[in-house]
Formats: sequence, structure tokens, C-alpha cells
Amino acid sequence: METTTTYVLLGTDGRLTDDPAARDVTPELCRDLYRDMVLARRVDSEAYHLQRQGELGLWLQSLGQEAAQVGSIRAIRDSDPVFPSYRDHAAALCRGIGPEALLAQWRGVRQSGWDPAEHRFGVYTLVLGAQLLHAVGYAMGVQRDGSDDVVLAYFGDGSSSEGEANEAFNWAATVHAPVVFFCQNNQWAISTPTGRQFGAPLHRRAAGFGLATELVDGNDVLGVHAATRRAVEAVRRGGGPALIEATTYRMAGHSTSDDPTRYRTAAELDHWRARDPVDRLRALLDDRGWADGAFLADLDAEADALGAETRRACRALPDPDPTAMFDHVLPGGSPTVDRQRDAYAAYLASFEDAVEEAR
Amino acid sequence: MTTTLSRAITTALHHALESDPSVLVMGQDVGALGGVFRVTDGLQKDFGPERVVDTPIAEAGIVGTAIGLAQRGYRPVCEIQFDGFVYPAFNQITSQLAKIHARTAGRITLPVVIRIPVSGGIGAVEHHSESNEAYFAHTAGLRVVTAATPQDAHWLLRQAIESEDPVVFFEPKCRYWSKGEVADEPDLPLDAARVVRPGTDLTLLTWGSMVETCLAAAAAAEEEGHDLEVVDLRSLSPMDVDALTAAVDRTGRAVVVHEAPTFGGLGGEVAATLAERCFDRLEAPVRRVGGFDVPYPAARLEAHYRPDLDRVLDAVDRTLAY
Ligand SMILES: Cc1ncc(C[n+]2csc(CCOP(=O)(O)OP(=O)(O)O)c2C)c(N)n1
Repeated sequence: METTTTYVLLGTDGRLTDDPAARDVTPELCRDLYRDMVLARRVDSEAYHLQRQGELGLWLQSLGQEAAQVGSIRAIRDSDPVFPSYRDHAAALCRGIGPEALLAQWRGVRQSGWDPAEHRFGVYTLVLGAQLLHAVGYAMGVQRDGSDDVVLAYFGDGSSSEGEANEAFNWAATVHAPVVFFCQNNQWAISTPTGRQFGAPLHRRAAGFGLATELVDGNDVLGVHAATRRAVEAVRRGGGPALIEATTYRMAGHSTSDDPTRYRTAAELDHWRARDPVDRLRALLDDRGWADGAFLADLDAEADALGAETRRACRALPDPDPTAMFDHVLPGGSPTVDRQRDAYAAYLASFEDAVEEAR
Repeated sequence: MTTTLSRAITTALHHALESDPSVLVMGQDVGALGGVFRVTDGLQKDFGPERVVDTPIAEAGIVGTAIGLAQRGYRPVCEIQFDGFVYPAFNQITSQLAKIHARTAGRITLPVVIRIPVSGGIGAVEHHSESNEAYFAHTAGLRVVTAATPQDAHWLLRQAIESEDPVVFFEPKCRYWSKGEVADEPDLPLDAARVVRPGTDLTLLTWGSMVETCLAAAAAAEEEGHDLEVVDLRSLSPMDVDALTAAVDRTGRAVVVHEAPTFGGLGGEVAATLAERCFDRLEAPVRRVGGFDVPYPAARLEAHYRPDLDRVLDAVDRTLAY
């Protein structure tokens, strides 16, 4: 089978390759990306522990995928709309979505956490692949509005098997939609390895649909950043849709309910631990002397504060009012739902009356 | 043998795979992982990856290929990972699986079983707690079955796999860990309802996740001097209407309890059937207790959404007082 070379800018040895994009790598860029990744990892790890303590119902870790997410979202404009999947916490944090908003859904107090318009970042989509069609439709609107927004849509290797994902690729190519599909190929879809998910690498399949494609080392934040920037700029110039496949690894279980020891080996984990995206950028920072003690100490303190804020915000999230479930069923309201809300409120009140009477 | 509902399904699948080489188990993560609920645990080890198949993440593909396999003489038992993820397969189920037998004037039979963990009560995130049986029961050409006990889970599944008909098999996930006896023989056919508790004053008609709730309600009502009957419908399509009518002939009052939203839910079908068939015997209108007509709420509200003992008793009291 024909092989595609993986685009790498920052090698596993922590050194920049001789790719021309290395010229654009500045100390500030590296420090910024490093900060984003470190902070995201802290929130992720706090959330994991909060789940273990029973404060969250479920958590899906982004551990190991920080470079793919941070590198890509930092390569687009802050105004570019994003359609995420559900593990994209590092990207969400980059869009100013705070811990409270990020955790609400997983604590089970709301169905979603944030206002998509405010953050230009859609709510998480748990039904695999559905968001890719939404991204294409949104991009069609962008076309009609004559805007130069580019839509970024995240998804996983497993999701790429859904019919809807393939409809989205084809559709985008057909209408030349200004969208970049960004696949975090983290090697696993719960227990299913990519080898049982697709017969040809995703970026090759995407090329068949007529998308511009690139395969990038997803644990190389600088490479992801450069590749995404190139792809987005081409799309913005009217070049038509693109797909980036970022090779990365889901370092944690699929979710806090998963037991990955049932299907993957410790050796595999070790292999990827040695390719950790945060360590890799840190090696460059250290090697070049781009991160001094003050920067690192500040970042530590910032991460600690964010960790504390994550714990506080999570525990402070109140249980919703029981009748909240009747809100927002239809924008115009519904007499059926209104009747049920009233009846249920009266029913709940009848218990309180009974308690009163018993006093 | 005493076992959990989940284990009763595992042993039914094991038996089917062992006794009939044409049986296949297919779905997402059903192999090494044993499924997210461990229902298929150990099956791939015993029967190999050709018979216990980890599929790509493509629900339309799971059911669509099952239809093709069935045409080739296999008996696929598909697993959909959660209730809310069956919709990508809706076309394959409702327009294909359900209709091919009739469209081919009976020339093609499709003995496909689709297992779906269903309903809430486990504190899950969205799309993991839906009770969507009505969509399928509304479609002619499918059997729709659900089990509330290990005995029924085991034997209904074995009967479903042996049946020549396409069967949508709902497994109430909040009951997976509940224990009970599984006998060596089935004690009822695939489409029969079961009287799980005899009673004389009123019949609770229910299924799946709500059977346990209704039994608890009946026990509570007994303390207040009311003798409630509980009937588990088990087969939602076809429905055992004779058993429903017989129940109302005995008690004269009925309350239908299901977790699915009330509007357009199968409770309406039950109530209408009873109104048509035993209007004269009914002492009170048939009441429905169900989920509210809202999207299944965030986990911290699900206890309010799902009918519980108090809501069932509230409807019972009103029906008895009518
Ligand atoms: C339509 C649909 N089918 C099944 C599932 C259950 N499910 C949740 S996550 C998952 C694996 C997804 O893998 P991938 O797309 O690679 O993303 P990752 O979780 O690895 O980030 C599955 C099968 C779902 N959420 N939606």
C-alpha cells in the first residue's frame, strides 16, 4: 500500500525538523502553546479525580491529545466557528470555556455547558459524527454570507465510520464548503483499534472524496499548528474543504467507566508515553532556553489555581430545579409541556403540604 | 440457576452460538471488551472473532449487513451500544428489516435480532437513557420484546434468536445487575404477557424498567389494603391483548406504567385497546403514568423524570377513587 509521510515539525527528540515552517516558530508561540497544554492537562486530571470522588457522573479524558487540540484551535482565528466532538476539552479551554461550563454536562446538572455563539464553539455532540454535517451546513451559510470564516470540525477515528461522517466529507467537497475536518486519530474507539475501523487510512479516503488532506503527527503541537494554519488559509482563499488526520493517542481509558486493560497492552502505553506531547514541547523550550524559571513557576501557580477553581466550581454547581426539564422543549412553548409542568409542580407541592400537615 | 439479568443474556447468547453455527453476534466493542455492559463477555474468546464480531462504528452498517447475512442463511444478533444510538440504523430497521419479508411476498425471512440496552436510571449522559420502544412497535413487520427478569431475559432472547422474525430486543439497563432464577425451560411463549403479581383491585400494566417499580408500588398499596395485580407485557408488538383484556375482566381498573414519554407512548395503545375491548367492564378510565414529554433530562433530574413508586400510587389512588 502506498504510504503517506507524516508531517512533523517538532520531532520526538524535541528538536525542530528542517521543514520551512520552523522559521515561523517563535519563543512566544511555544510558550503560549505549552501553557495551553499544561492548563488543559490540569483541568482534565482534576475532572478525572472529581469523577472518582463522585462529583461527576462521567468524564472522558483528553490526556495525550492536548497537542492535536491546542495546535489546531490556535491555528484558526478566534472568530472561526468550531464544531467539537466530546473529548475536546483542551480546545474548549482555549476558547475561554471555563471549568464550570466544561463540567456541568458531566456532573449531570445540564445537557450542555456553554453558549455556542459566545465562544464560537458548539456544544459537545455525543452522537458520533453528527456534528460533521452541521459543520458543513454552517459552512454553506458562511459561503452564502460572503464571509471568510472557516469552520473547524473535530471528530475521532471511530466516528469516521459513520455514514453521516462520509456524507459530510462528500457533501463538503461537492459544494466546496469552507470547512476543515480535523480527525484526532487516537488509535482507539473504546476497544476497537483503527485497524478494525477502516481499511484505508482516513486521509487517503478523504482524498478520494475530493478533500485536500494532510497527515500530521498529532503529538507535535507545532506541526499540528503549522499544518492546520496551511489548511485553513487555503480554505479561506477559496481552495475548498480539507481534512487533517492527526496521529495521537488516547492515554487514558475511553471514559471513567472504561477498563482499557481488557484490550490494550502496557507496552503500547509506554510507547506512547515516550511520545508525550507536553514533554516534547518542554524539551524544545528547555533546549532553547525559551522558558525561564519565572515563566515555569508562574505557569505552575496558574495551573494550581485553575485546578483549585475546577474543584470549587464543580462542587458549587447546584442541582437543577426539578421543573427545569420542562424548559426549552419548543422555542414557542407547548401546551402539553406546560400542563405537565404545572401538574408536576402541584404534585411536588402536595408532598410539602403533607409534610407541613404532619408537623 | 440464580444469576443477573445481564448474565442471563450472556448465557442465552452462549447457548445460541453453541447450538447453531449460523448465529453471529455483532456490534461495537462486543469482542475483547465484552460490550460496554459486559453482556458479551467471554463470547469472542469461546467462539472467535468471525462469530463474535467487533464492527466499525456504523449502526446502519450493523443492521444493513445483518440483513445481508440473514439472506445468506445466518442469524445475526446485533448489539446497539445504547438506545440513543440506534437512530442511524432507523432506515435499515424500519424500511428494510421490517419490510423485506412482505415486499418479497414471504420469499425472504430475516431472522435478525437487535439487542438494545434501554431506559434510564443509571445516571448517564444524554442519549444513553431513552425509552424508544414506540418507534419500533409502530412499525409493522418487527417483533418488539423486552425483559424485566433474568428468566425472561434468557428465554425471550433464546426464543427471539430461534424465531424467523426480526426482533428488536430491549434490555432495561438499570436491571442488568438484578438477580433472579433462570429455569431450565421457558415457561411462556415469545409473545405472551406475564402476570407477575396477582391482585383483585386494579391491574398495573407495565414492562421493562418499570416492572420493579410497579411491584414496589403494589407492595406499598397492600399496606393500605389495596390488592394490585401487576402484568408485565414482555412482548410490545405483537401485544398480548387477550391477557390485557383478561386482566381488566378480573379487576375492572387499569393503570399503564412505562418509562417512555407518555405522548405517543405505548400506554396510549394499551388504553385504547382496553377501551375498545372492555369498556363495559372498566370502572374507571385507564390512566397512564410515563416519562414527561420532554427530552430525557440531565442525570440529576432523572429521578423526577422517571415514574417512581409515588407517581404510580398517585395514579392508583385516583383510579381507585374514581
Ligand atoms: C452514533 C453513536 N454510536 C455509538 C456511540 C457510542 N460510543 C461513544 S464514544 C465511541 C467511540 C468513539 O471513538 P472515536 O470516534 O475514535 O473517538 P474517541 O472516543 O476515541 O475520542 C462509541 C462507540 C455513540 N456515541 N454514537
